[in-house]
Parts: sequence; structure tokens; C-alpha cells
Amino acid sequence: MAAITHDAHNHHDSHGHDHHEEGFVSKYIFSYDHKMISKQYLITAVVMGLVAMLLSILFRIQLAWPGESSDFLSFFLGETWAPNGILKENMYLGLVTIHGTIMVFFLLTGGLSGTFSNLLIPLQIGARDMASGFMNMLSYWMFFVSSVIMLASLFIETGPAMSGWTVYPPLSALPQAVEGSGLGMTLWLISMVLFVASSLLGGINYMVTVINLRTKGMKMSRLPLSVWAFFITAVLGLLSFPVLVSAVLLLIMDKALGTSFYLSDIIVNGEMLENHGGSPILYQHLFWFLGHPEVYIVLLPSLGISSEVIATNSRKPIFGYKAMIGSIMAIGFLSFIVWAHHMFVTGMNPFLGSVFVFTTLLIAIPSAVKVFNYLTTLWKGSIIFTPAMTFSIGMVSSFITGGVTGIILADSALDINVHDTYFVVAHFHVVMGLSAVFGMFAGVYHWFPKMFGKMMNTRLGYVHFWITIVGAYGVFLPMHFVGLAGAPRRYYDYSVYNEFDQGAFNLIFDLNKVITVFAIIAALGQLVFLFNFFYSIFRGPKAPQNPWRANSLEWTTPVEHMHGNWPGELPEVHRWSYDYSKPGADEDFIPQTVPLKEGEEEH
Amino acid sequence: MSKLLILIVIILGAVAIALLMRTYELGKKLSNRKEEEISEKDNNLASKLFILFMIAFFGSFIYLMITYGRCLPPAASEHGKAIDWLLDINFIIIITVFFLTNTLLFVFARVYRRKKGVKAYYYPHNNKLEMIWTVVPAVVLAFIIIFGLKTWNDITSASPKEAIHVELFSEQFKWTARYSGDDNVLGGHDYKLTTDQNQLGLVTTATLDSAIRLMEYGTDDGSVLGIKLMEQKLNDKNLMMIPKDREKLETDLDRKTRLLRLLYQMKGRHDASKDKFAYDDVIETDTLHLIVNKNYEMTFRAKDVIHSAYFPHFRVQMNTVPGLTTRFKFKPVYTTAEMRKIKKDDNFNYVLMCNKICGSAHYKMKMMVVVQTQEEFDTWMKTKKTFGSTFLVQEKGTDTSSDPLTSGKPIEVADTIVLINK
Ligand code: HEM
Ligand SMILES: [Cu+2]
Ligand SMILES: [Cu+2]
Repeated sequence: MAAITHDAHNHHDSHGHDHHEEGFVSKYIFSYDHKMISKQYLITAVVMGLVAMLLSILFRIQLAWPGESSDFLSFFLGETWAPNGILKENMYLGLVTIHGTIMVFFLLTGGLSGTFSNLLIPLQIGARDMASGFMNMLSYWMFFVSSVIMLASLFIETGPAMSGWTVYPPLSALPQAVEGSGLGMTLWLISMVLFVASSLLGGINYMVTVINLRTKGMKMSRLPLSVWAFFITAVLGLLSFPVLVSAVLLLIMDKALGTSFYLSDIIVNGEMLENHGGSPILYQHLFWFLGHPEVYIVLLPSLGISSEVIATNSRKPIFGYKAMIGSIMAIGFLSFIVWAHHMFVTGMNPFLGSVFVFTTLLIAIPSAVKVFNYLTTLWKGSIIFTPAMTFSIGMVSSFITGGVTGIILADSALDINVHDTYFVVAHFHVVMGLSAVFGMFAGVYHWFPKMFGKMMNTRLGYVHFWITIVGAYGVFLPMHFVGLAGAPRRYYDYSVYNEFDQGAFNLIFDLNKVITVFAIIAALGQLVFLFNFFYSIFRGPKAPQNPWRANSLEWTTPVEHMHGNWPGELPEVHRWSYDYSKPGADEDFIPQTVPLKEGEEEH
Repeated sequence: MSKLLILIVIILGAVAIALLMRTYELGKKLSNRKEEEISEKDNNLASKLFILFMIAFFGSFIYLMITYGRCLPPAASEHGKAIDWLLDINFIIIITVFFLTNTLLFVFARVYRRKKGVKAYYYPHNNKLEMIWTVVPAVVLAFIIIFGLKTWNDITSASPKEAIHVELFSEQFKWTARYSGDDNVLGGHDYKLTTDQNQLGLVTTATLDSAIRLMEYGTDDGSVLGIKLMEQKLNDKNLMMIPKDREKLETDLDRKTRLLRLLYQMKGRHDASKDKFAYDDVIETDTLHLIVNKNYEMTFRAKDVIHSAYFPHFRVQMNTVPGLTTRFKFKPVYTTAEMRKIKKDDNFNYVLMCNKICGSAHYKMKMMVVVQTQEEFDTWMKTKKTFGSTFLVQEKGTDTSSDPLTSGKPIEVADTIVLINK
């Protein structure tokens, strides 16, 4: 602890005067600076996200036009995985698996927390940098290596992991059952262990920084909600990711050392295995003990970001600040006691199921509170539709849409018929693929000026938003109906329906075509973003210091990045960050550094 | 050729956007527009688009609901009716919430857009309001929970005594059904007894003996090597083997020796009076036949990886887990013929699908299901043989004197090595 304070003081003294030149390597590659690390995270995540998106287009083509030869497929997959342009069954599963893994972990966990916790925690609490710059650098590089390993697994001879992003054993443990469970699975496991190590290093840093390095006057009750969200996210990660490592470690042992944690009484491919006494269900408990908090690890930062963006651009304080913090904590806590709602039909004791129905439905309460608070924040606001704001509104819309279907799934009796169907796929894509992703885009548009000192193009931002929301809802709204028709997920081809139910067959194929077309539109829309993003980094107009006329501390730092963030003294904070349109003030915003006027009440 | 074309299109697209961007920027310089200042026109347009979007969004949702909302026919099982009812109630609640909150969101976005001279209303909190929207959802959820759990408890409770026992056995990539015969008791099982003649690993004195014999002596045709032969080969000084093959043979031998020990233990404990439970079982691999209006107690097993028995029309789903027996009870209420009338589709069939990712042909792992009247079922059942009759007949054909070890037939080592792993 002493070392950290010491470090902070050092900065304090040395900054503002000398500007020592840094080498390329320490500035751009092995940088300790949180702003640089945040950019590294963002760009890595964007690249990973692009790959995952491409994978999804590949398997969507197969679903819409099964068995038809496609140049697009043979272009990307070659003769090995798409002979004559027709996707191989195994590779279909491989694509789905890696798509899911990358999107959940690399884009939405690494990309979202890594980028925005890193950028915003020090800037919004008034700290010179993260508590440990070295750990922060290590965290990024582990993330990078784990990304590379995950991508590499796509190129090996036996293909990537093929047992779905949840990698349930025995399928994932037995190369005899599916070829991807050989080397591909091993790489997946190694990559995930590194990923978790990276998250933990990052998470500890975020927590310590928030607890210890707040500037003078920055009480916990004055923190922007974004910092609260990042903080609770880090706590969730710290408590749940180690459990994933244990789950993965036991799986590695079952694969490599012949132990029987998850395996029992198996005959695969004619070979009678000796393993006895293990339980595949144990893995699922361990996995979802992480897995459910994980979905909030991807969602909370988005909610935090949207809180900032919505308050700033409605020119109103966020409604119910304390209730918002309370909901974040309630969601965080509850997310640890709901995991088995993913396992209602595994043969788990039905009474246990009942308990998890109860806890799961409780989560809907804080979620509802958050939604109503957002709505009230907009009410009687003076809304400015920056691209970030449009994305935040989209975020709230999709959070509602995805949240309500969660209520169906949480009802175990109803889950019986929709579990593992496209209804579940639609549910979690609406909350993650729309909500969390929209939050991430909102963050990028809103803080781009802070990250790169340039402005992104607003009009292209609008185009991007509208294509994305139309495309994404166009994909996932119809998908609910595919699921309600009883279509299982992770099927390579739905033509089997021809043999027993023509009506369902027609529905599935009609909607699958619609979905694929919208998916392609949405994917093309992302090119607009990519272009805008990279173009603006190099050629965008220079950003003013406080482009959105916001209150929080990050906008008091100079546009040009510097070590230590503030020249001279650290700013002192006198109020919360939501004094927008406060009666009696001259402007419609009052930065946190402005002292209270005489007789002025804090919120 | 087409690859080149794709590349060219991508490059041209990028160039086109870049050019557009340049002209746009030039225009912007002339008009002095700044990115951070959202013009009145843009702001207005965005808020209008939200309303437009809302209309399209709700419109397509309603369209989808009308066109595709009821693809699954009414539940064909008793508990399925309860599920459908509950689903409808829940959908009414959530669709109301969905419309209400989304409407508020988009309408607020339009109504409260920035307007000249109108200042936002400073409104940081209101405890009463917040209380209301904590308590109201809590009450609604309490109802959902109570109704949900009641249905869940009914569905998962024990079967009535007279329920018919049927087992579904899953493996990559097929289903096998086992009927419990006249005694309505399914014979015991153990995966170690699995042989070609006893695919489900049923436990009887004869299956135990035959599994032990298979372990010790392998099959006649040498496709599976027995322990005796393996030992003989490993000890054969004249036999040349590459080290990798030898190692594999050794680990295989170890494994089989341990399994054999377990088999002998099992034999020691075996209670022959239970054989009859297995012998009268009937095994069916083609179509699952069920009787209408009868209670069924289904049990599920898996041979290799997790599968899931999914009967969408009966609202039944249960995972099948290696090493574990799972169960589900249900009662079909419409025969296939009746359901065809309801669906107005003469080719409709009930189906059992696999709904847990299980490998390459997961999507083809299904079994047809037919629900019949008692008479129809009985007629069909008469055509089936019991496990006992098929197994014992096959066994009689097997004569120990034809074991490769004792019969003195020459052994083709090179061939058998390859097949060891079978
Ligand atoms: C009101 C809130 C929510 C409730 C009650 C809820 C409930 C559920 C339930 C019961 C399932 C299991 C369904 C099944 O497998 O049959 C599920 C699946 C899932 N949910 Fe939610 N959910 C909620 C919000 C969220 C949020 C906010 C996220 C992510 C940001 C999320 C992500 C997921 C994912 C990823 C899965 C599926 C994982 C898989 O099987 O591959 N959910 N949800
Ligand atoms: Cu969950
Ligand atoms: Cu299967």
C-alpha cells in the first residue's frame, strides 16, 4: 500500500515540468500508461470482434442455404473445411464455438472492461494512473497472447474446439467424440487460463485503484455510476473467474491425466473407458458459477457507460443515483446465486431447481428499477442525440427486450420446452449482442475524443447506429419465433424437419433466410464504424477539451495525453458528477471541480 | 476468379467511402460544422427516426406474432397443457411490459429532444416513485413465481404407480427405446456389459458371462482382441512390434484386465432372480410407440456424451447424462392421427430430437414417435421379440470351442493390431 501512495506522490511532484522522451516500445507496446493500455485493449477487442462476426456470417450462410455451394465459404475456409463451398458439419460446430467464446470473453469482457475500466477509472476518480502500471501491462499482454492462441486454434488440422462455448464434458474431453476436442480444445483451455489470469490482474488493479486512489473530495457517494459499475464488475470477476479456472483445470486433468472428475461409465467409438464416479453435471455447476456472473460482467460496464451518456446528453442528473448503486450491488450479489437456472433439465434435483427459480426472478427487480430510472432520467430532459446517446437509448431498449424473455426462461416449468432452443439464443443475444454491444459503442463514441484527441464523424455514427439496431433486431426478433417453434440450437441443418413437420420446416427456413440477410446487413454496417474509427484516429478533427459539456473529471484533463493525467496538482472534487441543469447555475452543467456555492445544497 | 472478384469489390467499396469522406469534409469545412455540436436538424431527425423505428419495431413484432406465434400445435400431453397456459399468462405480462416501457423510451426520446429555450428539469430522485417501481415488479414476480413453481412441482413429482416404464438410451447419433415388458420393470444395466449382442448393457447371468468371455477371448473374427491373446502376443519373443504399438497394447491390456476384475466382482454379487426383469424387456430402435392417455415414467441414459431428449410436441425435455439415470413423467393425450387432424397435416409426426450438442451429426439424431390406441399398440408389440429371446438365441450360436486361442486357428497378428482399439 505504501508503495502505491508513494508512487502517486512521485508523479505528483514530477509532472507538469519535465517531459522526458519515451522510446517507441515503452510508449506503444509495453506501456504502463492506463490510457495506452486501454487503447490496446480496444483495438485488440475490435479485431477479435471482427473475426467473430465473420465466423457468424459463415455459419449463417450455411443455416439459410444448407448444402448449397458458396464461394464465400470456400474463400474463407478453403477445401479442408468447406469442400466445394459446402461447410463441413464439424466445422459448423467449431465456428459456433469460437464465435461464442470470442464474443463473450474477448470482445465483451476483455474489450469492455479492459478498455473502459482502464481509461475511465483513473480519469474519473482523479488518479494519476492505475495502482500498478506493471500489472496492468501484464494483464494486457496476457490478454493478447490468449487472443492469439484462440485465433491460432482455428488453423490447426483437427480444427478448433467444437463443443459450444460452454465446452461441456464429456464431449469436450473426448477427442474420440469430436475431433475438435483434441488439440483444438487444449488450445482453448490454455487460452482461457491465460485470459482469466489477465482478467484477475486487471480486476485487482481496478478495485484497488477505486478504493485507494480517489482524489480529494471524491467520496464513494460522488463517484460516477460508470466507476461504480466497473468496480462491482471487477469484484464479480475476482470472485467468479477463479472458479472457471478450477473447472478448466479439472477438465484438463480428465483429458490429459486420465482422472474422472467429469467422466463416468462411457463407451465412445467402441472403446470402453474405465472412468467411473465422475459427474458431467459437476462441470456445469462450476462453469455456470462463473457463467452467470460473467453475463453481468459484460452487462454492468455497459449499464455504467449508458448511465453517464444518458445523464450527460439528457442534461439531467441520473434519476435515483442511490437506487442505481443499490441495483448494481443487488444484481452483483444475486448473480452469484442463480447459476443453476442454466441447468433445469439436466436431471438436477427439482427442488434445487425451485430455489433457483426464486433467486433468478428476484434479479428482475433491480433490473426493472434500473430501466425505470433511465426512463425517468429522459423524462423532461433536453436530449441531445449524439451517436453515443442513440446507442445508449438502443441499449435501454434491448435491455428491456432481452430482460423480459429472461423471465420466461427463469420459470423452470416454461424452460423445459425452450431450453437449448433458439429462444435462448435470441434471449442472450438481445442482452449481450445488442445491449452490451450498444453500451460498448456508446462508450467508444462518447470517449473517443478522450482516447485519441480527435472527433469521430457524427453522421457516419448515425448511419452506423441505425444500420446496427435495425440489423440486430432484424436478426434476433425473428429468432425468438424459431425457438418457440421448438427448433434446437447448434443444428447444422434443419432439413430433418421435412420428415415430420412441414409447417415447422417452412417457418424455420423462411425465418432463417430473413435472419441471415439481416445479419449480413448488420455486419456491413460495422464496416461504417470501422472506417469511421480508423479514419478519425488519423484524420479526424481535433477534439476540444470537453466536447459534450460533461461534469466528470476526465474532461478536465488536457486533450494531449500525458503521464499522470493532470498537469500540476490533482483536481479536488466538490460535488457529484450529475449537476446538470441545476437551478440557479449559469450553465447547464457544473463540473465536479467547482466548489459548492454558498447556500447551495449537494444533491 | 470469384475470390478475386470479392477482393476487388471490397477494395472498391473502401475507396468509394474514402472519396465520399473527403467531399464531406470539404463541405463541412466550408460550412464550419463541428462534430461535437449536434445541429437542430440532426437532433430533430434522430428523434423522429426513433418514433419511426418504434412503429416498425412494434409492427414487425406484431406481424411475427400473428404469422409465426403459434407454430407448435397445442400440447399433446397433460402437463403440456399446464405449461402452455402458464406460458400464455407469462407472455401476456411480459409483452405488456415490453410495449409499455419501450413506448415510454422512444416517446420520451422524441418529446424531450432538445428545444430552444427549454431547460431540462433538475429531478435527481423521488423515493416514493422508486418505491413504487420496486414493489410493483416484486408483486408481479411473486405471482409468476408462485404459479411457476406450482406447475413445476406437479411436473417433477413422482409418477403414479401404474405408470408405464420406458427407457430411452442415447448415443452418437441415435436413440434406442426399451420397454419394460409385462412385468413393467426394466432390467438392470451396467455399461461394462455392453457387447454387440447387448447394446444397452443389460445385466443378466448370461450377459455377464458373455461380457467376461469377450474380455478374455475377444471375438471370433478377431475384431476385438481378448486378454488371453493380448498376453500371448506381448510374451511372444518372435513377434516384432513397433514400440508405439506395443505400448498401446500394454495399456489396453491393463485396462481390460482391470475391467475384467470388476466384471468378476459384479458376477459374484449378481442375483440371478433378477434376470427375468431384463429378459422380458423389448428393445426398439426405429420408432417410439406410445399409448394415448397412459402415464409414462421415462428414464434416460447416455452411452458416450450428454444428449438431451427433446419432445417439443409433448413439452418434454430431459438431458441424458453418462453415468447418471434421469427421468421425466408424462401422459400423451392425442394420438398421432388426432394430432394430424388438429394440424391439418397428414404427414405430421411426433418426434424425439437430440437437443444437446453431441458431435458432428447432432442435427440428425432423432427418432420418430407414434402415439396409438391401446389396440394398435398391442398389435405392434406382438410383432416384437423380447431381449431374452434374441440374446439367448444368438448366444447359443457362440461355442467356446471356436475361440481362436483354443481352436488352434492361426492368428494374423498384423491385422489384429490395427483393430485392437475396437
Ligand atoms: C432479468 C434478467 C435475466 C433473467 C431472468 C435471465 C434468465 C436466464 C435464464 C433462466 C437462462 C437459461 C436459459 C436456458 O438455458 O434454458 C438464461 C440464459 C442466458 N442468459 Fe439470461 N437472464 C437475464 C438477463 C441476462 C443478461 C443481462 C444477460 C447478459 C448480458 C444474459 C445472458 C444470458 C446468456 C449468455 C444465456 C445463455 C447461455 C447459454 O446457454 O449459452 N441474461 N438467462
Ligand atoms: Cu444465467
Ligand atoms: Cu445427441
